[in-house]
Amino acid sequence: MEEAAIGIWGVPLAIFAGAIRVSTPFIFVSLGETITERSGRINLGLEGTLVFGAMTAYAVAVITGSPTLGVLAAIVAGAIFGLIHGWICKFPKVNDIAIGIAMMQFGLGLAFFLGKSFIQPVAPKLPSISLGGWANSPQIQAALNINVLFFLGAALALFLFWGFKNTRIGLILRVVGDSTDAARAMGIDPDRVRLLATAAGGALAAIGGAYLSLYYPGSWNEGISSGQGLMAVALVIFARWNPIGCFLAALLFGGAGALGPALQSVGVTQGYYLFYAAPYVLTLIILIATSSPTRSLAGAPGALSLTK
Amino acid sequence: MTIEANDPAMAIATEKPASLRPGLEWIARRAEPMVIGLAAILIGLAIFSLFILAVGKSPATLFQLMYTGGFGSWFSVQNSLSRAAPLLLTALCVALPARLGLVIIGGEGAVVLGGVAAAAMALPLAGTAPVFLSLVLMAIAAMVAGGIWIGLAGFLRHYRGVNETISSLLLSYIAIALMNQFVEGPLRDPASLNKPSTKPLPAEYMLGNIPGMDVHWGLVVGALACIISWVLIEATSYGFAARIAGGNVRAAQIQGLAVGKLIVGFTALAGSFAGLAGMIEVAAVQGSANASLAAGYGYTGILVAFLARHNPLAIIPVAILLGGIDASGGLIQRRMGLPDATVLVLQGTLFIVILFCETFYGRFKIFNPDLWKRSR
Repeated sequence: MEEAAIGIWGVPLAIFAGAIRVSTPFIFVSLGETITERSGRINLGLEGTLVFGAMTAYAVAVITGSPTLGVLAAIVAGAIFGLIHGWICKFPKVNDIAIGIAMMQFGLGLAFFLGKSFIQPVAPKLPSISLGGWANSPQIQAALNINVLFFLGAALALFLFWGFKNTRIGLILRVVGDSTDAARAMGIDPDRVRLLATAAGGALAAIGGAYLSLYYPGSWNEGISSGQGLMAVALVIFARWNPIGCFLAALLFGGAGALGPALQSVGVTQGYYLFYAAPYVLTLIILIATSSPTRSLAGAPGALSLTK
Repeated sequence: MTIEANDPAMAIATEKPASLRPGLEWIARRAEPMVIGLAAILIGLAIFSLFILAVGKSPATLFQLMYTGGFGSWFSVQNSLSRAAPLLLTALCVALPARLGLVIIGGEGAVVLGGVAAAAMALPLAGTAPVFLSLVLMAIAAMVAGGIWIGLAGFLRHYRGVNETISSLLLSYIAIALMNQFVEGPLRDPASLNKPSTKPLPAEYMLGNIPGMDVHWGLVVGALACIISWVLIEATSYGFAARIAGGNVRAAQIQGLAVGKLIVGFTALAGSFAGLAGMIEVAAVQGSANASLAAGYGYTGILVAFLARHNPLAIIPVAILLGGIDASGGLIQRRMGLPDATVLVLQGTLFIVILFCETFYGRFKIFNPDLWKRSR
């Protein structure tokens, strides 16, 4: 009875489930990028960090048999990528956007190089929490099978939102991001703050990568990321550098990404490939709608080169 | 009477008077990018060598294979030149907007759309229109498609304040989805089973090879585009205005320059070059539009443009060099058992080091032209 009743309700359910499944990497990368951008620096290399994190997590999980160790290894690798980016960018005349593109290429290259031998083996997956025990329908049960990292991401968004406002570290980060001179006047070393913020951003982006390879889609291959790391940068602008906004925007992106497969499952195949473009079109429309040529974006850190 | 090119009288006549001959200050000014650039490449190669040593292989063998595979024989030189052709055009897609201070990284989308537009244009023409006319129309269609795509990023930047790096990238992903939709849908050749493509071009409609070489005409088109761009930037008022606008938008507007038109014009021209790369890929290499169009030429073009410091003439040797590195990838894979991503690691390393070395410009007194001014 229940199985038959689901019918057309399968579409919103699939979008809901897809939103939760697809959004997790976006949550982590965008929260990481928020920390980095709040300090006044932009890291476009997170796409490379994400893919390298995915590879590291998968490789370590295959070797040690523990997905948790895989995630920890990815965090370390991501932090190292962030440190390299942050260190290079502190020199004068170095363009942080261009270095980001270079780091992206380097990260992708290194991940493909070192990950070549891990395409075949199968790694143990990250655990998920089942919230659907009350329902009889297997679809609903599957949809409510939610990975621990999703909850961790949600908690992190709340924590960062609170932390930016109410902690000393949050204040230092915001001061550095808004004015390098003001930070120096306060006796803060802006370069060091940005270095650490970039490293934190890289570490979080690598967790997003670990989720990709260890949970969904749950395998390592060279096409594992279709630009999630880069889209997260757009997502941060859309979310106005607000961690809770990032979380909600990531859910929206996930839902848009799940639209195509959901419609296909109920027999709508017309324009299938165009649905793949839905998250990108959505981002672009939102960027156009919220940008202005005359004033800087509301909530944007003053020292951020992206919005100058 | 005809004057022969190697006529000694002509050589003397064209030689500049001694007083105008470049002095040490001229050399000092031009030596800086050469020396710093070369040093950056050497440092990059050294770091890459350490990486190769760390994975237990010999860097010497690798560099030797890279030379053999890229430039060691006439065959490999031709292979490198063929691979350089699209890079010339996609690098221009980055270098031209860079004059205005814009970082455009979505060239891949313009390549893909250019290829689809060229294929769509060719289908009704095939068998009816003369070959040359068809090729010209295909090129125009590709340039219009690519130009609109990147021009849109420029338009959004100036009139809506949307960051061009992000928007061009999003547009690039949208373009790839559009291509998949066209190639799988309305333009699909039913005969293409595993790899969906458009109907193949008839053989006589293909862009042939340069006489005497195994390199298609795309190389000439690309080199010409670089020369035209160089003239545009260095010798026209548009190029001059673009440099002013790139330096300071406010100052340019106060001077009465139409900054908006400049930005849209430059980005559209840049995109049309990348679109042309897509047309060449369809008409000279693939023979139809398919997913192979998104082969990463747009992204390697970013590297070429930055290596050439956005100078269109310098793009020519850099594109050939990277074409050669690209071409040697297969040989390294076969002979040394290294993954094909080795080339990507090398490119990434070089890219990072070269951008890092921007910090050394103006740091060394020896390159200061004033130091070498003659006391005349």
